[in-house]
Amino acid sequence: MTWVLANLGLIWARTLDHVVLSLPPIVICFVIAVPLGWFARRYRVSRGIILTGAGLLYAVPSLPLIFVLPAVIGTSLLSPVNVIIALTLYGIALMVRVVADGLDSVDADVRQSASAMGYSTWSRFWQVELPLSGPVLLAGMRVVAVSTVSLVTVGAVIGVQSLGSLFTDGFQRGIQAEIIAGLVATVALALLFDGALVLAGRVLMPWTRRVAPPKPSVPLEVSAA
Amino acid sequence: MIEFRSVSKRFPDGTLAVQDFSLVLPSHKTTVLVGSSGSGKTTLLRMINRMVDPTSGSVEIDGEDIASLPPVKLRRGIGYVMQNSGLLPHRTVLDNVATVPLLRGTPKRQARADALAMLDTVGLDRALADRYPSQLSGGQQQRVGVARGLAVNPNILLMDEPFGAVDPIVRAELQQELVRLQKELDKTVVFVTHDIEEAFLLGDQIVILREGGRIAQVGSPADLLARPADDFVASFVGADRGRRVLHVERHGDGNVVVDSDGRLAGVLNGEPVAGTSAGSSAGSTPGAEGDR
Repeated sequence: MTWVLANLGLIWARTLDHVVLSLPPIVICFVIAVPLGWFARRYRVSRGIILTGAGLLYAVPSLPLIFVLPAVIGTSLLSPVNVIIALTLYGIALMVRVVADGLDSVDADVRQSASAMGYSTWSRFWQVELPLSGPVLLAGMRVVAVSTVSLVTVGAVIGVQSLGSLFTDGFQRGIQAEIIAGLVATVALALLFDGALVLAGRVLMPWTRRVAPPKPSVPLEVSAA
Repeated sequence: MIEFRSVSKRFPDGTLAVQDFSLVLPSHKTTVLVGSSGSGKTTLLRMINRMVDPTSGSVEIDGEDIASLPPVKLRRGIGYVMQNSGLLPHRTVLDNVATVPLLRGTPKRQARADALAMLDTVGLDRALADRYPSQLSGGQQQRVGVARGLAVNPNILLMDEPFGAVDPIVRAELQQELVRLQKELDKTVVFVTHDIEEAFLLGDQIVILREGGRIAQVGSPADLLARPADDFVASFVGADRGRRVLHVERHGDGNVVVDSDGRLAGVLNGEPVAGTSAGSSAGSTPGAEGDR
């Protein structure tokens, strides 16, 4: 505990590093996964290719990926961009399937009636299908957020500063308190991100909260009034 | 006026849903397409707003071939009500009703004010405006569906078994409501159902369909009952049995009407009309009992 109190500044700085590394992958993977997931759902062939590809991508171990990326995209070995891109790829791998499943979950009747109302394919996607797949997308994004926050720590092994640096440093110098502090702060950050997503879901999808089963007696009286 | 000109539809899987269908649907009348499943009635309905495009033949609205109109624009001008209401679950009742006006670019304030007034038209309490569809009963959802279909004041209203999924009491209520609305609004309504009673209640013109969208008979309810074209129609409308086949029996000083099962259907007010020829009436004398 004394170590923690003496190093609050360090923990805070690493926490900020951690946020800076984990926010971009979470946001970017969503932005990229939505059109990819839509495309995967659109045609049978593209579904097979994209979903299998995403599955394989997720199977690539993170540490080698972070090592190999600089060679592929020409960044320096120590650049935080490597970590951000690697984690974005993982996020996409997870979310593409979720987006495809989420769009599948939209009631066919609703989709059809939206078309019959005169929604174009484009407006129907943005105003009907995407919002209605919201609950599924949110569930996927919660997994992505938590796993991204935890995977950012791997970057510490190649020297990209984050809360993971507290593990590596703690191990090397034998400071147990530092390791535990890193662990606790990482978990706390993951919970914070998760909570923020849940909150955003409540604000953006008010209809999911007010789904009380219709009580037959009350509404009937109202209609009779 | 809506006109089908020798329309056929073959789906990609090879099913021939509609075969050489021609029909005129007069303006300001309710035309009911009735048939069992597989009769192509829903396919025919969906051709009117280009949800389905015919494989051959054409559909015209007021003399204009709709194949030349962009589907999205066409649909925004035609009301559509479907069986499971098809309401957008993530929009409130009011926003659902305002959907099409907003798509057509009506200012939001105006669209919402109109939608609120439309709730009155279909007999819904304004207090329901802020609810989500999942918070309504089935009957209320269908009313919202009808309000949405009417929101842009379209000339044409398409209804695809709109009352099929609600319980019989609510259905009867909604049917009466539609009769009232139609008197008020005078739309060209195309209504699809498999329920002949519903067809008789709502239809000015009834189209009885056989498998594959072939017309068995077109006519007013009275036409179909009095002069069924064949046994198929007769059995479909029930003109050959039960409580549709009535005859008069003399009972003391008055005449009572009895159905073919021998159940008393009512009393005849005044003298039975002798009919055009004495022999053809369904039995204006007690002797008609011999028909059974």
